[in-house]
Amino acid sequence: MLKDLLTPETANVFVGKLGDMLEKAIGKPLGYAINWGRIWSLWPVHIETACCSVEFGAASSPRYDVERFGIIEAFGSLRQCDLIVVQGTITRKMAPRLRLVYDQMPEPKYVIAMGACAITGGLYFDSYNVLPGIDGILPVDVYVPGCPPRPETLIQGCLLLQEKIKRMKARTIV
Amino acid sequence: MSSDSAKPTTDSKPEEKPTTDSKPEEKPTTDSKPVVKKPEEKKVELPAFEKSISDKIVEKFGDKVEVAFVKKDRVGINVSRENVHDVAEFIRDGLNYDHVESVSGVDYPQDNEIAVVYHIGSYSDPSLARQLLVLSTRAQREENPIPGSDATRLPTLRDIFYSVEFHEREIFEMFGVYFEGHPDNRRLLLPEDWADIPPLRKDFAIKGR
Amino acid sequence: MTTELPTDIKSTSSEIQIDKPSSKWLPPGLALQKVDEKIMTLNVGPQHPGSGHMRLIVQIDGDYIVACDPDPGYVHRGEEKMAEYRNYITNIPHLERPVIHDSCNILYPYVLGVEELLGIEVPERAKYVRVIAAELNRCIYIMYWLAIYGIFLGHSTMFMWPTGDRELLIDLMEKMTGARVTHSHFIPGGVRNDLPANFEEVCLRQVNYFEKRIKEYAAVFYDNPILIARTQDTGVLSRQDAIRLGVTGSVLRASGIDYDVRKKEPYDVYDELDIQSIVMTEGDAYARSKIPWLDMMDSCNIIRQALQKMPKSGSVRVKLKPNPKGKGFDTVYKRVESGRGSLGCYIVSDGKPEPYRLKLSVPSFRNLIALPYLLKGEKLGNMPSVYWSLNYWPVEADR
Ligand code: SF4
Repeated sequence: MLKDLLTPETANVFVGKLGDMLEKAIGKPLGYAINWGRIWSLWPVHIETACCSVEFGAASSPRYDVERFGIIEAFGSLRQCDLIVVQGTITRKMAPRLRLVYDQMPEPKYVIAMGACAITGGLYFDSYNVLPGIDGILPVDVYVPGCPPRPETLIQGCLLLQEKIKRMKARTIV
Repeated sequence: MSSDSAKPTTDSKPEEKPTTDSKPEEKPTTDSKPVVKKPEEKKVELPAFEKSISDKIVEKFGDKVEVAFVKKDRVGINVSRENVHDVAEFIRDGLNYDHVESVSGVDYPQDNEIAVVYHIGSYSDPSLARQLLVLSTRAQREENPIPGSDATRLPTLRDIFYSVEFHEREIFEMFGVYFEGHPDNRRLLLPEDWADIPPLRKDFAIKGR
Repeated sequence: MTTELPTDIKSTSSEIQIDKPSSKWLPPGLALQKVDEKIMTLNVGPQHPGSGHMRLIVQIDGDYIVACDPDPGYVHRGEEKMAEYRNYITNIPHLERPVIHDSCNILYPYVLGVEELLGIEVPERAKYVRVIAAELNRCIYIMYWLAIYGIFLGHSTMFMWPTGDRELLIDLMEKMTGARVTHSHFIPGGVRNDLPANFEEVCLRQVNYFEKRIKEYAAVFYDNPILIARTQDTGVLSRQDAIRLGVTGSVLRASGIDYDVRKKEPYDVYDELDIQSIVMTEGDAYARSKIPWLDMMDSCNIIRQALQKMPKSGSVRVKLKPNPKGKGFDTVYKRVESGRGSLGCYIVSDGKPEPYRLKLSVPSFRNLIALPYLLKGEKLGNMPSVYWSLNYWPVEADR
């Protein structure tokens, strides 16, 4: 009987069911493990877009030392990064480049909008060359307000992102 | 501090001229006795050194140039666009100014002109270290600008003061003033796909204002 | 649609052809040039630690740069246009945004200019407070610059030390103004607040310690043979070229021209203080990187002098009428020596509460013109060291 059922057409169904069962059984711990790996390797792309990058630099200074959380280590090529911290104003000239950088990053990827400019346009809300916030072009995970945000605020934003990733479904992003 | 005209800029240019013209007439009188009593004369007295610079230019070019103001450390010269190249050449060769600090455009829609203001300084002549010569010229303004192919043109000063290169590129994209003879009139700061009128003109309104 | 210069993308992007001469009017980088087989065009930036917020289009032949075309404008935010819509007071937080870590110095010419337009005389104590704030800010700026210079050259210690020591001065500024980097402390007519209690003492102590610290940088950075090998005789700017290109600040002084606005055209109380402007004659990247460091020691000196000479009490601001405006049509051009060089502000006022036109003549923009000259003939590996030795801050250049 099993043989009758196992036609090539139905085989897919069976395999799918098997996958579902497997996921039910080990999905949760596996997802947890995957997420755990992800939260300790949040490495940002080195793209500086405006003046907030000064405080971004200060966050890795010895006083704040954000790298002790294993997160913002400004290092490496964008193919190895999974976090993009948008450091301030995105002008109309920069916007296509920012999107290009984002598209080149491998999945999964997270976005932090740092500074009032990246959130709503900030001081430059009425400028002719500034985007009113980056949510139009990138899916933002965490907003870090301030003009510029203090390094502590940035660190807290990153910790919030870790918190968020912990609760995400790991498989849906892969 | 010199106030050119009591009225704000709604005056057209011909109205400004008489007030600025009146300056050179009162200069000789003050120039003759600057040393005797300083504290009393401070209000009318023009700084002597700056005055001598402006005099040299006026002497050379006569009524082709117009002295806009003579303040402490600043001499303002207005030139028409035909003569700006010659005057700049004289400023470099005759007066030892050697670099341009800043080039700014100012849009005057009521005069139908766009002023381009060069702030010229000197590194090589120690006596001129404090001084800035403010050379201002005006280009014709178009109602509907087509940057590069309309009448808003000025001769470039790049062959005289090399340092204006990027400044003039900036003025071209921000005001649409095409500099004839400039080899590199490309975009500098604005995005490549900018399709609006030059943004620093007064008729370009930013959103919501 | 046009003969010479297309104004919109429609006329340019429709046909990008390699051999057509019209393609030379395309924006930099979009123009497809037919080049030699040996010559490669490389886009450095805007996503690259070696260029920051700008793009450098370099053409290299093997390892050597044959041409460089800087493409700034990635942070052009239209400050000058927006200044025409804001009054003289609301412009203050705005205009310091181009260089937030040198915010006192970039506000300085604007504030001086507005004061001249309004005809205000500033109290003596406020002048000293301004000088102290400006010098502290210069150090904060140079420390950040030095940190990035270190990381550009792959010298991580030189990133960690300056960013750490910089926090000392940031603490001082925070005490004084209430903000870490964006102080908005200078206003027409003085400064916003008086100094906090026993600020002088703390300031003196911190500055002394700071000076002791930066002297140690010589051992780790400036006497480091690797740094010397990488920067000496690279990107040499001769004295004549420096004058011709009109560069400013440390770049100018590295080429042997003694020009410091604080000395040549003193503003506020700089004429009462003893300033040595440091001059070197080599004109290479090493000299350009050393001068800001020596400048910092000079700044510490100036701060100590100013703390000594400052009147111990008195008002620090004159009261302004709300919505101040100039008297009729007037123009003013003021300049100061910022961390990067002479910084000018040209204000055209027409008697309204808003400026008619405001132009910032920024040193970064003026120094940018030297980059193509310095890079020609250099090795590609030396590009970051030459580029950052120009004391260039892209956000400021783009305004
Ligand atoms: S939020 Fe403030 S500090 Fe950050 S980029 Fe915008 S203006 Fe600069």
